This record gives sequence, C-alpha cells and structure tokens, in this order.
Amino acid sequence: MTKIHVRDFDFFYGASKVLHGISMDMPDKQVTALIGPSGCGKSTFLRSINRMNDIIPDARHDGLIEIDGKNVYGGGTDAVELRRRVGMVFQKSNPFPKSIFDNVAYGLKIGGMRNRRQLNEIVEKSLTRAALWDEVKDRLQTSAFALSGGQQQRLCIARALAVDPEILLMDEPASALDPIATAKIEELIYELKDNFTIVIVTHNMQQAARVSDRTAFFMLGKLVEYSETKTIFMNPKQKMTEDYVTGRFG
Amino acid sequence: MTRRSSDDRFFRLATGAVAALVLLIVIGIGFELTRQSTMSIRKFGFSFWTGTTWDPVSGDFGARPFIWGTLYSSVLALLLAAPVALGIAIYISELSPRMLRQPLAYLTELLAAIPSIVYGLWGVFVLVPIIRKLELATPDFLKKIPLFKGPPLGVGMLAAAVILAIMVVPFTSSVAREILKNVPSAQREAAYALGATRWEAIKVAVGYGKSGIIGAIMLGFGRALGETMAVTMVIGNNPQVSASLYAPQYTMSAVIANEFTEAADELYLHALIEIGLLLFIITIGVNMISRLLIWSMKARANRKAISMPMLADEAVPA
Ligand SMILES: Nc1ncnc2c1ncn2[C@@H]1O[C@H](COP(=O)(O)OP(=O)(O)O)[C@@H](O)[C@H]1O
Ligand SMILES: [Mg+2]
Repeated sequence: MTKIHVRDFDFFYGASKVLHGISMDMPDKQVTALIGPSGCGKSTFLRSINRMNDIIPDARHDGLIEIDGKNVYGGGTDAVELRRRVGMVFQKSNPFPKSIFDNVAYGLKIGGMRNRRQLNEIVEKSLTRAALWDEVKDRLQTSAFALSGGQQQRLCIARALAVDPEILLMDEPASALDPIATAKIEELIYELKDNFTIVIVTHNMQQAARVSDRTAFFMLGKLVEYSETKTIFMNPKQKMTEDYVTGRFG
Repeated sequence: MTRRSSDDRFFRLATGAVAALVLLIVIGIGFELTRQSTMSIRKFGFSFWTGTTWDPVSGDFGARPFIWGTLYSSVLALLLAAPVALGIAIYISELSPRMLRQPLAYLTELLAAIPSIVYGLWGVFVLVPIIRKLELATPDFLKKIPLFKGPPLGVGMLAAAVILAIMVVPFTSSVAREILKNVPSAQREAAYALGATRWEAIKVAVGYGKSGIIGAIMLGFGRALGETMAVTMVIGNNPQVSASLYAPQYTMSAVIANEFTEAADELYLHALIEIGLLLFIITIGVNMISRLLIWSMKARANRKAISMPMLADEAVPA
C-alpha cells in the first residue's frame, strides 16, 4: 500500500531549481532509501515531505506530495500537525540542552500532555524502542549532552518516536557515528519498520543495501532510478545507477 | 628565521603586552583607590559599608544609603529593562521581516550612542513631570504600601530607574540578539520537527541561549551600576535608605560626581574615594559573573561542535 505519493515535484531555492519533476510512491511500513551524490537534492526532498522547508525564506515548490491520499501542501493540512505525524531525525544529533527525560518528553509536552504517569510511560517506551533505555534508565535526569554521539542520535530517535508518528524521515542519521554506533542505528531501523514507514537518506551504499526495501537514486535533482533495493544494486536499469552503486564515481 | 615568522612573533608579543597592560591598569586602579582612601578605611573599617550618616561637617561617613541607592535603582532598572530588551531581541532576530532586521538593529544601537547627559536632560524636562503626574494620581490605598509612600516630587527612585532602564535596553537587547543569532538552527529545526509552533521554537532558542541571555542582562546591570550623569539629574540626591519608589535617593557615582570638588578635608576626600573603591569592586564582580555566564554558554556550544563564530563577548564594546 502506498503511504507517500509524489508526483512531478519541483523545488526551488530562490531562482535555483534543485528538484526536477520527482515522481515516486513509497510503500507503507517499509524502508525507502534515498541515495545519490552530495548536493543532488536528497535532503531537500526529504524535508519537503514534512514541510520543514516552509521555514526557509524564498523557497518554493511545485507538484504534489500526498500522505495517505491527502495533499501535504493542501489547504486542509496544518504544517504543525503534519510534523507530529511525520517525525524527523537529522544528520547531526541535536538534543536540547535539557535532561534526557525532558528531551524525550518535549514533543508530548508541547502537545499538551501533562499527566506525569503517562509521560513516564511513553518516555520509557520510546527509549526502549530506540534501544537506549538500558543505558540511560538510571540517569534520566542528567543532561543529554553527557551522552556519547551514538547515544545522542538514538535519543533524538526516541524523541521523534515519542509523539507516535506514522512516518520517520532520517537524513544520514549515522554519518557522524563510528561503525559500532552505526550498526546499532541500522539494527534499530530494521526493528522500527514493523511500525513505521521510514525514509532514509544515506551516503553509504552498504547501509542502503542492508536496511532498505526500496532504493531511489538521485542525481542532479532528478530521480534517475527507483525500485526494489535488490534490483538497484544487482541489476540496475540505468548505466548511471550502476556506475554510482559500484563506486565508479562519487 | 623567515621574515614572516618574525613578524608573527612580534605581533604576538605586542598584543600580549597590550593585554598585560590592561590587566595592570585594572590592578593599578584598584591599588590606587585603596591607597587614596586608607584614612577612611582605617577610621571606619567595615562600618563604612553599613553606616547611614553622611556628615562631612562632623567627619562621620557611612556609605549605606549610596550603596542602597545604586543597587536599588539598578535592580529596578533591570526588572524594567530585561523583558523589554528580550522582547526587542526576539522580535528583531526571530520575527521581523528580513529586510527590517539590519535597520532595526542599527536603530537600537543608535540609542546606545546618545550621551548620558542628553538622557538626563530629557529626564528632567519630560520624564520627571510625567512621573510627578503619575505620583499625584496614586490612589490612596496604594499610598499605604511602603513602595509608594512619600511626597510626589517627580524626581526620585522611579525616575532614576526608568531612565536607567531606557539607557540599558539597547545594550542588553543587542547582546541578547547576538546570542539568539548564534543559537544553532538545528535547535529550532529539532523543535519544528516535533510539531512546535513558531512561538515554541523561539522558546527553545531562548532556552538554549539562556545563560548567555542572563549574562547579557547582567552586563546591562553592570552598566546601570556605574551610570552617573542621567541618574544624578533625576534621582533627587538625598542620602536615605528607603524602599519607596517616590523617595528622592542617592547613588554612589552621583555622590562622587557631586561632592568631589567640594571635599575640603582629607578624610572627606578619602571617604568619597572609598565609595569609588566599593563601586569598582561591585561592578567588577557583576561583570565577572556575567562574562562567566556568556562564556559557559559558548563553551557548551563548542562542546557540541557547532560553529559559533562570534558570541556576545566579542560583540560587547569595552
Ligand atoms: N537553504 C538553502 N538555500 C539555498 N540553496 C540550498 C539550501 N539548501 C540546499 N541548497 C542547495 O540545494 C541543492 C541540494 O541540496 P541538498 O538537498 O542539501 O542535497 P543533498 O542532501 O543531496 O546533499 C544543493 O545545490 C544545495 O547547495
Ligand atoms: Mg543532505
């Protein structure tokens, strides 16, 4: 079943057009990987899905993005409400200068949840889902900045999970981490896809191959090829895709 | 040795020497103030801090009313200025249209460039009459509260606090603005991505810069402590320890400015200089604390390996 439906999507920063007629359907409860050389528009595309680009002045778009058949940019969609349904994890972990607990509880609190018991419950559940609970359960009140890089990134994932989104957008979530921390994040993604639709941008070919069900290859703002991850890596239709996945250019 | 590396060394030495010189000057001032007030320090000891009489004729000096006046007026100014300054900083850095940002920032900084005496004149001719009207209109039930007791003179603590607040706002708001500008946009994005409204994202940014903003406010406090001219003109210059906003009071810098030239005997002069010494100590203390706060915020930002090219303390004029 299609969760995210994109048709003829263009994107502009001022006068420069960075996405050209993107069309693709991302299935529900699967992992879709976006790959391609840096600067090809992967982040811009990802940020269009939860309207994070709204806050950039002079940016504009054309075309259609639908989630569950509903136009993301339509009059009936509130960006604030949309972002609660479509969580995001950034390349660099960006915890708030608050305690571990308050980081995870932030989205719940701005959503109006005050009940302490409920908060405790969801914070624990989210940290468990993010595979961080055992490491932090005895120090929930300490600063998030005291965690290691990999732990901070998992904290940011827990923070995103706490508001119970349907979709999780991840922009190179492991690119700043060491191999062990990266492996943990990948494992986590594998587990999360039972409950979430995940779109992940990655630089790392092996990572895309390991974690994703479908892969989209972007180049210079265009979607070159999109299909089953196996096909993209074993049997790509386009020469350009083959060159890229075999590392012939970077 | 190549020419360039010797140039380098020279430059390092020269700037190092200047830095050392600044430190020496500060220590020198402290030393000189102490030396020039020994007579008063010996005679009154710690009771100089607490004594309430200021009687040049009988040679009895206590600085409490001046210390009180300085701290009280500055704290009041701080309470008035902090929310306004923060509001201006938030408006300029987060809410105003991009095109207006530079001009608005420039305008607030322009306010800081107006000489203190001009504020004083404005205070005497505009502010004091307004405050007098306000005092006259005070309802009776309020007059029973110590805060509003006293004759409606216009000049007094309230006028001083208001004028100090106006003078401190541009400075504090420009430092606060600089701090908000340096909050990593990743913080705001994190908030937005969790479904924050614009206002909630601003709260996150302010929270991130909290210690720096407190530092900015404290720096403003430091300025208010030392401000002389405008306050002297509107505070009423009457040494008394009073909680009343309407009472004419006195500040440390004002008494030095007013009485220095008429201090005929040596003890009188030493007492005035000792007030200068106290003011010196208080301001340095306040400044050190506020720098520390700004510095801790910067250190935190660096630890997060987020680039913060220029934080407030480079932006602060000496
Ligand atoms: N905020 C912005 N303003 C202007 N141009 C931008 C902005 N963000 C990205 N770009 C440009 O858009 C293009 C695509 O960038 P991006 O989506 O970040 O690519 P990727 O994530 O694939 O590396 C690049 O040429 C980049 O320079
Ligand atoms: Mg990117």
